Amino acid sequence: MTVLDLPSEAPVPVVAPGVTMRSLSEEVGEPNLRPKTPLWWWISFGFSLSLLLVLVVAVIWTLDKSVGAWGINIPVAWGLAIVDYVWWIAAASGATFLSSMFYLTRSPWRTATHRIADAVAIACSASAGIMPIMHLGRQGLFYWLFPYSNVMGVWPQVRSPLWWDFISLLCYIIAATFYFYVGLLPDLATMRDLARDRRQQLFYGVLALGWRGSSQDWAYFRFVYLIMAAVMAPMVVVVHGVVGLDFAGGLTPGWHSTQFPPYFFFGALLFGFALVIMLTILIRAAYGLDDILTEYHLNAMAKVVLVASLLLAYAYLWEGFGAIYGSDIAERTMFLNRISGLYASCYWAKIALNVIIPQLLWFPGFRRSQLLLFAISLGIAVGSWLDPYVVIVQSLHRNYMPSEWGNYYPTFWDWALFAGSIGLALTLFLLMLRLLPIVSIAQLRRIVKSAGAP
Amino acid sequence: MAIFGPRANLWMNTALVSVVVLFLGALLSIWVVPVMGYNTQERYAPEQPVPFSHRHHVTGLGLDCRYCHMTVETGQYAGMPPTETCMTCHSQIWTHAGVLEPVRQSFAENISLRWNWVYRLPDYVYFDHSIHIAKGVGCTECHVSIGDEALTRKTTTLYMSWCLDCHRNPAPHLRPLDQVFNPSWKRTANTPSGTALMTAYHIHPETLSDCGVCHR
Repeated sequence: MTVLDLPSEAPVPVVAPGVTMRSLSEEVGEPNLRPKTPLWWWISFGFSLSLLLVLVVAVIWTLDKSVGAWGINIPVAWGLAIVDYVWWIAAASGATFLSSMFYLTRSPWRTATHRIADAVAIACSASAGIMPIMHLGRQGLFYWLFPYSNVMGVWPQVRSPLWWDFISLLCYIIAATFYFYVGLLPDLATMRDLARDRRQQLFYGVLALGWRGSSQDWAYFRFVYLIMAAVMAPMVVVVHGVVGLDFAGGLTPGWHSTQFPPYFFFGALLFGFALVIMLTILIRAAYGLDDILTEYHLNAMAKVVLVASLLLAYAYLWEGFGAIYGSDIAERTMFLNRISGLYASCYWAKIALNVIIPQLLWFPGFRRSQLLLFAISLGIAVGSWLDPYVVIVQSLHRNYMPSEWGNYYPTFWDWALFAGSIGLALTLFLLMLRLLPIVSIAQLRRIVKSAGAP
Repeated sequence: MAIFGPRANLWMNTALVSVVVLFLGALLSIWVVPVMGYNTQERYAPEQPVPFSHRHHVTGLGLDCRYCHMTVETGQYAGMPPTETCMTCHSQIWTHAGVLEPVRQSFAENISLRWNWVYRLPDYVYFDHSIHIAKGVGCTECHVSIGDEALTRKTTTLYMSWCLDCHRNPAPHLRPLDQVFNPSWKRTANTPSGTALMTAYHIHPETLSDCGVCHR
């Protein structure tokens, strides 16, 4: 039992009492098997595909013109691409942490929501992955980062966090894909058994890799899944911690701080959970899964968001304290500019969206209201984007020497790449939503069973 | 009705194993292909208009490298000899040899011989022969067995790592200046040490592997 299991107000069941083993499979599985795709899906997919098209154009344009197409220059040499990267990988890390860490703690609310989180992680890490590559001046040479048998006699600097970042992101994407797929196996078998159409049977049958539901299958499955969860939880701490080290390793005022790895990880937690909450609310409404994705889930996740928000508040507090209490004049100048300079509006907006407004979640009414919860989560998503924006752009535009101060104005292609990356993640997510059971049937059966349903 | 036939598992396992095998194969080829002689063209001797033999002219007759490669001490390129250089001897000896017909034709028509490049560097690499000669890097440090080659061939990989091997640690490749053009020179007990030569030639390896040394 964890603290999150304890009902704080009126006790809410994890799943609605009417859910049985059979109704569970059908309720989750049938929407994917229906030949007619709902209208809302087509509208969202059309929207995401057009954004994806924007990405294709923006990528081709950037490959042709290189990073000169963007507004970056000295002193602000890291622009929106890196902001987007931090944002996307934060979403992916936070979502994977939700799925893996709360499996290890056996939190019941994680059971019905982890598939959404895993799908979010896959979709977001795809968008995250393209950003650093696009940010390279010569994108075609990105393979130099691999430890392949290069004949140049020069190797990547293994002491640089930027290289750790590449390695950890690569490992993370591979591991997250496996983790997602392993968790899917029993559900794919359920889908195969539910399917009546021959093509669907083949599709899910091949993906299920011959799962028969024997006790041997289950024994292997539990073992592998537990190990994967135990690997993923610390892994995402490392992944986003290393993203923080990318900055801590730089000497720029505002970056050069040992608190960056945990600070960034707290931000990832906050954003990942907020994103999963938003999607849970939408999917719940779209598929009518009110009895499976119940108030209990939203309530529990809202509390974790509150915790993450407080953790982030601590990091923000320390950021200000360190700058003002410390003796480094550049650091102090930078921080005073941060709270009162050109980017002050962004700074205060992120404080409000990430820390102050989420405090409303102390009140049960805000956790119960889906509309307010969605609005707060959306605010966190915006705040989580502003966070790296302020850290990156504002820090760089006030470096040590006043002679090297300068501003950054994103160009159309900066924004096109950002919009397009949303299209990529959304397209991937919608495809997974259409093809795969978005709630883990197999794992939810345990909850239904323990609730005493037939 | 069963979805899959009894052999489905066999097909699936074959497919999964093939994916792993193909992946490992791809990985292996990425590692092995770049170091294969076929890829590096080591020991490859391109077709030339005249089958010129360094073994005969250098080791056999004892011609100095600079007799033909005149600009090697002063210029970026070692320099290919004009046909007149060949004709200093070949107007007198082997005047009717069949293999020398292109040389005589070139001389008669005043059109240079078109030798095919053996040691070809990419355009983005700056290389200068004269500085290497001036700092005591002997010809055979790079053109390993040139004095003993019946047909001129590429004896090294010309990989950047090969350049850097020496640029990062030049000492073992240095020799006294009077031995630079000796194709069969061997270090003896009386030879000054590589470190001593490095000091004498003012070679500073800490800057020798800077990007801008070769990529200007």
